[in-house]
Amino acid sequence: MKIVVCVSHVPDTASKINISSDRKNIDPSGITFVVNPYDEFAIEEALKVKENLGGEVVAVSVGKENHKESLRKALAMGVDEAVLLKTDSELDSMSTAHVLADEVKNLGAEIVFMGKQSVDYDNSITGQLTAAILGYNSISVVVELNINENKISAEREIEGGREVVESSLPIVITAQKGLNNPRFPTMKGIMTAKRKIIEEKSIELGESSTKVLGMKKPPAKQPGKIIGEDTSAVPELVRLLKDEAKVI
Amino acid sequence: MINKILVFVEQRNGQIKKSSLETVSTAKKVAQELNAACEAVIIGDTIENIDVIGEYGIQNVTHIKNPDLYNYTTSGYSKILSDHIVECGADTMFFANTAMGKDLSPFLAVSLDASITVDCTELNIVDGDIIATRPVYAGKALIDVQLSGNKKILTLRPNVFPAVSNSDTKADVTVKQVDGVNLDNKVVEIKKSSDKLDVAEADIIVSGGRGLKGPENFAMIEELAELLGAATGASRAAVDAGWRPHSDQVGQTGKTVSPNLYIAVGISGAIQHIAGMSSSKYIVAINKDKDAPIFQIADYGIADDAFEIVPALIEELKKT
Repeated sequence: MKIVVCVSHVPDTASKINISSDRKNIDPSGITFVVNPYDEFAIEEALKVKENLGGEVVAVSVGKENHKESLRKALAMGVDEAVLLKTDSELDSMSTAHVLADEVKNLGAEIVFMGKQSVDYDNSITGQLTAAILGYNSISVVVELNINENKISAEREIEGGREVVESSLPIVITAQKGLNNPRFPTMKGIMTAKRKIIEEKSIELGESSTKVLGMKKPPAKQPGKIIGEDTSAVPELVRLLKDEAKVI
Repeated sequence: MINKILVFVEQRNGQIKKSSLETVSTAKKVAQELNAACEAVIIGDTIENIDVIGEYGIQNVTHIKNPDLYNYTTSGYSKILSDHIVECGADTMFFANTAMGKDLSPFLAVSLDASITVDCTELNIVDGDIIATRPVYAGKALIDVQLSGNKKILTLRPNVFPAVSNSDTKADVTVKQVDGVNLDNKVVEIKKSSDKLDVAEADIIVSGGRGLKGPENFAMIEELAELLGAATGASRAAVDAGWRPHSDQVGQTGKTVSPNLYIAVGISGAIQHIAGMSSSKYIVAINKDKDAPIFQIADYGIADDAFEIVPALIEELKKT
């Protein structure tokens, strides 16, 4: 069975975000880019499925040359092959999904894993869009997964609980934190990954259907106020919440 | 040109969700500004008080009905909703950005060839079009987005837009029975994690972090939350330590929240946590380290041990 795992390359969550001079994007200087945290759960799950059912795992990323760093990490964790669908353009979710769907078709994969969202644009729709374009089944925000031959049983997180969903192949699964504990690359894995060739393909892009008119920092919050340093401040806190903020 | 807005109203267990009423009121306001028509659709089996949608601004509601639609499924809802949108001739669709809205809306975007933007926190009308503002990088930045094409889909973040009930008008509900629900995806069970509120939907959140020193000490967080009718949240440190479930995590790799009141207890305020909660309307911080970054964004801070302050706060609240 062919398994595709989609990997995004994003600023580390500890990064401070500054806006670029054209006010449409972030200023990448000084930012460390890492594998999208949710994609690590996707990679781990893809490897587990392969270990249980056999097959081959291909990591796919859409983006710039530097996305190879995240693909290299996926290889070090144990994926078999990696493909970079290379573009310097900023892609929205719909364009990304079309590019990914083409590659999934091309590879003939029956299971596609990706993180439930990428922690840059936080759209959380690329997986579902990819499934819709491919005509595959889809379960998003998955925290537990069982695959038994053609049958899929998964739990997906919803407000205040989980839905237990049954479906079948072919399918796109998006991973939520809690699905598994991603393995660390072993030294042997890192060495093997270094020697592997990442396949590069240039891609054709249609016009993006969303236009970013501008990017800005959120309005600055008023500087914080410490109202006390012991329990004597508690009645004042309750008063402020009731009378000033009117939130309780 | 926007001529007709359709709002997808969400129900769970036959009950309409508050976030959908926020979406109804917002869509109505936008439609008025654009001089566009506005309708709502709700999918399910038996649903209580559908006509309340009228009080929030939308008169014309279609209830698409079948027992197999009691629970949300991707496959079941997406085809039926897509057919309905084509039939009713809407060019713009609004959803709440909930677990259901996030899952369902992209399927419509593909089947209708619509452009889509999600998790909007502000909508402005400029030259007859909607300009949406939405957080990116978990709220560390905001973008203004314009959608192209003849069909557009927007999802609105819960708890940001007001649900305005300003009339006694009940909606006219048209029931549309359907059959042949596609169950390629089938929900066999819904497991409730507890009867407690989810952080993503709560007006008040009480969150605990590493400063609580262990899972047993979350009892006081839960007690405080219960007194306030609040949901309980946690920092990544508390979740990664295994003290709290992942579903409670607030921050960049958890949930991004905007409640009216966020009480951070024993949370220092790592940048990825701040990103997920700094848009809360009021923030209270309780932390013994007065140099902790959380105090820079707290409206009201108390720089003392959580083990002193939280019990005192519980006592004070019980008094009043």
